[in-house]
Amino acid sequence: MLDLSALVPVDLHYQVSKLLSDYVECIDDDRLEEWPQLFVEDCLYQVIARENADRGLPTSAMYCDSRGMLRDRVVALRHANIYAKHYYRHVLSNVNVKGVQDGEVLVQSNYVVLQTLVEGDTKVFNAGKYLDRIVATPDGLRFKRKVVVFDTYRIPNLLVTPL
Amino acid sequence: MNAIREPALGHLRWPTAGGSQVPYGVFTDPAIYELEQQRLFRGDAWSFVALEAEIPASGDYKSTFVGDSPVVVSRAEDGSIHAYVNRCAHRGAAICRELRGNVQNHTCVYHQWAYDLKGNLIGVPFRRGLNGQGGMPADFDMKKHGLQKLRVDAYAGLVFATFSDSVEPLQDYLGPMPCKAIDRIMSRPITVLGDQRQYVAGNWKLYAENTRDPYHASLLHLFHCTFGLYRSSQKGVSVMDAKRRHSMLTAMRGTDEGKVDGYQDTRTYNTDFTLADPSVLAGKPDFDDGVTLVILAVFPNLVVQQIANTLAVRQIIPRGVDKFELVWTQFGYADDDSEMQAIRNKQGNLIGPAGLISMEDGEAVEIVHRSIIRDQDQTSYIAMGGEQAKDAEHLVTEGSIIGFWEYYREVMGWAA
Repeated sequence: MLDLSALVPVDLHYQVSKLLSDYVECIDDDRLEEWPQLFVEDCLYQVIARENADRGLPTSAMYCDSRGMLRDRVVALRHANIYAKHYYRHVLSNVNVKGVQDGEVLVQSNYVVLQTLVEGDTKVFNAGKYLDRIVATPDGLRFKRKVVVFDTYRIPNLLVTPL
Repeated sequence: MNAIREPALGHLRWPTAGGSQVPYGVFTDPAIYELEQQRLFRGDAWSFVALEAEIPASGDYKSTFVGDSPVVVSRAEDGSIHAYVNRCAHRGAAICRELRGNVQNHTCVYHQWAYDLKGNLIGVPFRRGLNGQGGMPADFDMKKHGLQKLRVDAYAGLVFATFSDSVEPLQDYLGPMPCKAIDRIMSRPITVLGDQRQYVAGNWKLYAENTRDPYHASLLHLFHCTFGLYRSSQKGVSVMDAKRRHSMLTAMRGTDEGKVDGYQDTRTYNTDFTLADPSVLAGKPDFDDGVTLVILAVFPNLVVQQIANTLAVRQIIPRGVDKFELVWTQFGYADDDSEMQAIRNKQGNLIGPAGLISMEDGEAVEIVHRSIIRDQDQTSYIAMGGEQAKDAEHLVTEGSIIGFWEYYREVMGWAA
């Protein structure tokens, strides 16, 4: 297991960036079954519109407080939900490692998700920020808490794949 | 004058007198969209605009729409609620440029004309000119230049507005069935939990059909059905008001054990889908009548829902012939304890544009709209339950959809 306090900042930044890259790659490359594995068992994954987050209101597009719920999301979208075939492409920037607090790395970053539907044109689907709390585990860094605050509060048709 | 070109309604052919076969042109013809704005949204109908709980204090306001007309809903100092078109009486600029907020008065940023919370004009800069030059005409009367006001009324915390001077009072417009359903859900003070906005590339009436359709819900929404949140084999009803413009479907979870054989010819059970964490389905009854699902569709633009412990109003805002916005405002009760708050929070995964049991409705609308752009005189075929606008003590019916179309034809002035 990594000793967080022994890491020099550049190492920590590298490890965090790697986790974030793994996160967007498993979504964008449609390896969604791997997505829950980037979280600890007792995690929080929340996708919330900025208009609610700014008012301190809880209504979320997705609210999962265990890795099991993340797995269920993936299983549901593979086997239960009906939606148009689409691709996501995340563009991630401003990865800002804010510090380490009680064994958790606090990170904020920006994302843009481009969506390509079967007709072939690519559109900006959603933009926002990630507020992450990341912990060290025997398997490497994992998300303890990932709050996705999306600026694009009008969702075109539906939001099925995680952001 | 706002004279709107009268579309030749006769150019679309309804093959039957009733509402069981709908020419696709009603979903795609821009002239029909214009006429709907005039006869439905600015006609004798009450449109839902807000929950009272969204604007609890003096000066609170919310920007919204009646049909596609921008409207501000505002609470005045005396507690009364007002609605007016979001358009300055001077040159037409929007006076409210935020979704919501709290103000002492509304001031247009363009030339700073100011209005009180009831929409009356209270200030015009340079009214008497500057240094004896310029200024408004001597006979300028502030009272004649207020914002365009709508009639407003509220029922059990739901605020409605109308452009019509002739529509019946709100409670009469709603009628006994919707009032009873609203009374049940709004029986205790509520707390707003937040909003979700879903933008759907289809005609708004496809969603009006969808919410009057108990038949699709257990076939399209596999998550719903697999976990017994809703199945057509459950006890439930599909009922309408006397004019068949509003409708309600209800279901009772846990009433179809051993009676689900009818699903053998569907894709519904062709899955070994189980939940790793079933806590999303855990809840506590909000009501003691056993009803676990209510979809109340109030003509023309409101859906009031109870799905398990999720409570919400959905406002339908038409944005043109081929798109509409759905604003979900979720709420709980003011006396919810922390356990109940957590339940509603987690069950929020079921509803809205990312909802495990509701996301497909936008998809259903879009796959219809994309396929009907040609062959405008060809029609849908709505026959489940007997091709009639009838109430049913079961859920294998499309009767409420037919009722909607029959009322729609009447309001639009289409010969029966």
